[in-house]
Amino acid sequence: MSATSHSPVFLHHNDLQQLLQILQHDGYTCIGPQVRDGVIHYDHIDTVEQLPRGYGQHQQPGHYQLEPAGHDRYFAWANGPQALKPWLFSPREALWQCQAGEDKLAFEQVAAEDDPLAVFGVRACDIAALYLHDKHFLQQTHRDPGYRSRRQNLLLVAVNCSHPAETCFCASTGDGPEVHYGHDLVLSELSEGFIVQAHTEKGLSILARLPAETASQSRIAAAQASSRAAAEQQGRRLPSQDLQAALFANLDHPRWEDIARRCLSCGNCTSVCPTCFCHREFDEPSLDGQTSTHYRQWDSCFNQGHSYIHGITLRAETRLRYRQWLTHKLGSWHQQYGRSGCVGCGRCISWCPVGIDLTAEASLICTGSEA
Amino acid sequence: MSRKPKVAIHKFSSCDGCQLAFLNLGEDLLALSRQVEIVHFAEAGPVNEEIPVDIAFVEGSISTPADRPRIEKIRHNSRFLITMGACATSGGIQALRNMADTNAWIGAIYARPDFIDSLDDSTAIARHVKVDFELWGCPVNSQQILSCVCALLSGVLPVDQHDSLCQQCKQQGLACLMVSQGLACLGPVTRAGCGALCPSLGRGCYGCYGPAENPNGPALAQRFMQLGLSAEETRRRFLFINSAAPAFNETGLKLPDAKPQGER
Repeated sequence: MSATSHSPVFLHHNDLQQLLQILQHDGYTCIGPQVRDGVIHYDHIDTVEQLPRGYGQHQQPGHYQLEPAGHDRYFAWANGPQALKPWLFSPREALWQCQAGEDKLAFEQVAAEDDPLAVFGVRACDIAALYLHDKHFLQQTHRDPGYRSRRQNLLLVAVNCSHPAETCFCASTGDGPEVHYGHDLVLSELSEGFIVQAHTEKGLSILARLPAETASQSRIAAAQASSRAAAEQQGRRLPSQDLQAALFANLDHPRWEDIARRCLSCGNCTSVCPTCFCHREFDEPSLDGQTSTHYRQWDSCFNQGHSYIHGITLRAETRLRYRQWLTHKLGSWHQQYGRSGCVGCGRCISWCPVGIDLTAEASLICTGSEA
Repeated sequence: MSRKPKVAIHKFSSCDGCQLAFLNLGEDLLALSRQVEIVHFAEAGPVNEEIPVDIAFVEGSISTPADRPRIEKIRHNSRFLITMGACATSGGIQALRNMADTNAWIGAIYARPDFIDSLDDSTAIARHVKVDFELWGCPVNSQQILSCVCALLSGVLPVDQHDSLCQQCKQQGLACLMVSQGLACLGPVTRAGCGALCPSLGRGCYGCYGPAENPNGPALAQRFMQLGLSAEETRRRFLFINSAAPAFNETGLKLPDAKPQGER
């Protein structure tokens, strides 16, 4: 895109508020990371004071702990449990309503709220997940009107990840830590401010209004070194082989049963996974029987209803439910969407209450040894 | 429908809290009374225990010898029998006595134990008669009642919400307390329906909605002990409000029981 051909600029930490104000002035509702209940969470922000400045975090399988980072950077942390997914693919959404009339039923679509959203601090892994959701919700025979409305009005201020967690492995999936596509603006944070680059016309128009100076070569080099270090720092990885073939060749591997003894089948992994899109639909009739609302809600392949077909539950056991998750995510997703369903964000590892590690399990099943 | 369906609300051994889910409906209670005729609801006024009804809601567990013929009669008089709350669906908090010497407890508590006519155990309604649908919770909430009545009035069975509480928790934007705070939480093995009330207030789930559909109690118990709970504390988490629900009962009973000092 031609918009990328400008020189990177440098924005002082003190001027970050100006960026937020420009977005607000342009009519965006701003969403950004902030500390809530001991985690970094994405919600509405009015001022950069709300951002998690000075925070870091420690993540391990089944463990997440926020901690002071000992510096005053805004984005020196890896992702918390959620970022973009709930803002685009709503956890629960009314799709249509039905009204009983004299002699017929009237159906109408529930209008989607489409306030333009600007999201601050989005990482490369979540942009990769967003593009997967675009394939699912927008690039098939039927397009999802609610998702489309929110997506069209989305502006992304991405951040190159400088502090991946122990559970991150985006370098091995090829999705991070550096942002290469999908954003309007991208920030690389240094100790005194940000290197800012625009990727779209919208991004350029915002950048032109920032009180920024041309970035020096040394700062650009420091930002690039930070991204390289973030990639090298990652200890986890997925096996580099055709996982689809390897997983489907190992459907009877004893490891599935071993996982099932530990797995709670609770669905936390699918809830925090930025690419999981499974949902159920159901109706809620009004008490007077005159109207009924049709809802869509997040679902999980760890639920019984996910494999229920008229009197039979195809995957009654946890062994089969976990196997479905992994073989779909890392295997059959390639057939469906042309790439793996995993973007290496590591959330399913950190947020599994019993700390099951997808990279270790995939390695054991596909190669016979832990990565 | 030519006449309004008749509804009865019955109480067995319980605290009456689930019946409040009706009284707390507010304006919806008026809307409900336009759709159905509430013919028996002792806590609210009308008393007509023996009248045949379309829907009987039953709160409370079977706990005394007199309860058995009474529930059989209610079953006989009801087209749909719906249990509501932990007492009716699993035996409730009073089922803790199922693991103890009931007579010793009665002797220790009551001045005149001979006045007490109690069964040795407290059991779920479904152990005695056919139950058409179970509403879990301690207590159940008004939304569960409304969804259930709406479904029945529409001629379909209510949807059984038996997936883990974790998912409801995440759908509400809450972060896992067990992962981020190291708190023991029964959410992974407990069915959704409460709206993640305790986790939303920073407290781990204590399982009042009963076991989820495919619970892995032993794995969660092991995790609780890794988080620092003793085996006895872990046992008590599972053997609490729904101690007689099989999945919780089996997990709890496998853990060692340190006899409490001076058993109350």
